[in-house]
Amino acid sequence: MAAKSIISRPVYGTLSPQPGKHHLFIADAEGALAISDMAGRAPAGFFDGAEIDFIPGPDGKHVAALEALKPAQFHQAPSFASLLPRLKQTLANAHMGLRLYLAGTEGLIGQAMQVALEAGIDHTSIQTEHRGSLARRMQCVHCKGITENVTTQPATCAHCGLLLLVRDHYSRRIAAFQGVCINAEDRSEIPPMEEIFR
Amino acid sequence: MGITFRKETFRDDFTFKNSPEHIRRFPFPFHEDAYMYAVNIEPHVVGPKGSVLENLIDVDEHYVAEMQDRALVLAEDPLRCQSLPHMTLAGWDLLELLMEQQALGYPEHFTLSRDGDRWRWINRPLGIDDTFTFGDTSTLPYGPMEYITRQSQGDFCILDQRDGNLWMDAGMVTTQADWSLDFDIGMNFFEWHAPVPLAHEKGIFVRALKFLTNIQQGKPARRLNWTMTINPRLDTSPENYHKWGPDRTTVTPENVGDKVHLRVELQSFWRLPRSNGIVFPIRCYLIKMDELVTQPKWARRLHRVIRDLPDELANYKGLTRYRPTLVEWLSKLDDGSPTSPGFGPD
Repeated sequence: MAAKSIISRPVYGTLSPQPGKHHLFIADAEGALAISDMAGRAPAGFFDGAEIDFIPGPDGKHVAALEALKPAQFHQAPSFASLLPRLKQTLANAHMGLRLYLAGTEGLIGQAMQVALEAGIDHTSIQTEHRGSLARRMQCVHCKGITENVTTQPATCAHCGLLLLVRDHYSRRIAAFQGVCINAEDRSEIPPMEEIFR
Repeated sequence: MGITFRKETFRDDFTFKNSPEHIRRFPFPFHEDAYMYAVNIEPHVVGPKGSVLENLIDVDEHYVAEMQDRALVLAEDPLRCQSLPHMTLAGWDLLELLMEQQALGYPEHFTLSRDGDRWRWINRPLGIDDTFTFGDTSTLPYGPMEYITRQSQGDFCILDQRDGNLWMDAGMVTTQADWSLDFDIGMNFFEWHAPVPLAHEKGIFVRALKFLTNIQQGKPARRLNWTMTINPRLDTSPENYHKWGPDRTTVTPENVGDKVHLRVELQSFWRLPRSNGIVFPIRCYLIKMDELVTQPKWARRLHRVIRDLPDELANYKGLTRYRPTLVEWLSKLDDGSPTSPGFGPD
């Protein structure tokens, strides 16, 4: 579980079956376990109107467990970027009564929510559950570049190379935490880098 | 008699200065010898002649230079001005408000004439004379918010009101004290204030939101906020922090008076008539220590405020590195005698 900090930092819950006509699940890696756990609490036939889009990640686990839920549609994607066109089309064609469930890493939840917001879905109506890595998606406030899977504090911007303080301040619209130069005032001050987002 | 607009810069050679009259009218933000957060909101009504409150939208001797600096910032980074698609109507509301207020307060510099939806706007200091159709964006060179805020001092945030909250959905932000519109746009009141220390725990934002969501048309409100800036820089954005941050290491006992500036924000809050949004102008006033201490009461009081500021606040405001040098310099101007109540100089 992510530790609670400031108000803009997202807080995740536990997936629970919502009333609705269609259910769209987007998950990566251990997020699959959140869906399996929820399935135990779901009414019979719940997955008949469900689509699960799953990004297994490097260890390729959990695919069979999700298929066993017999969703109306099951789609396995190699990465979020490759899922994006399909997700956009699904949301563009969606009707009232679609419920969205996001589970897995913060980067996955954030990016899927960003697409949902652009499609006009209110963020408070989206079910989320964090599982797995606490690695952060970070936007450098200086060059605006996004660095994925940031695990250290401070972290080096993958684009402009500045050493950044990874703040808890989070933008849903950008789907990223804010990175601000940690030694802007005196570049010779180099604080130790610790691995803290695991 | 109009305003004599100064030719000056807020970058590079930093020629910004206040005239003696502008020093006297500076909105000094401390009414007592200590500072802590408070919901210090009051009705935004016209104040004494010669003060920054003489008009509800203040135009001063820095107007032309500030607008030139804004144009430079926008040329470098157009994302300092953004408006989400549902905010265009609020932009027209703001255009109307700023044209009306500037023409009302400074008829020698600004003229607004209206014939139905056909409006003519003359801005003499900037050499602008435009005729356009109110509500038709294609008749202006920019969107309505950008058009008018390129001609108005201060930053502007336009807040959409829905779900009992205020959402930062549009803004022109080029003179900010270290926050990013590009990052915060689309956030609600609590989210964009999330990084502010201490104030959440004190319930400040809950009370402030309650007040702001109840602001009525024609009854604006205001508050003062403050920080300090090294060199008279308007653009102290996080985007450029790596460029202006090193300034903070350059303060010495010899240059405090010239380099260290008190930066006061006069924030006002106005209900917009068509969109039901709130516009939040953040007007920035800068004064260097040498100018400020020409008023002995301000020198004594500022010394006590900065000396006694809680470390967490000093850190948040970015003062930590040069605070000892500043306090030492100010202490020589504080004989320990009492200060009179209220903001103004003696």
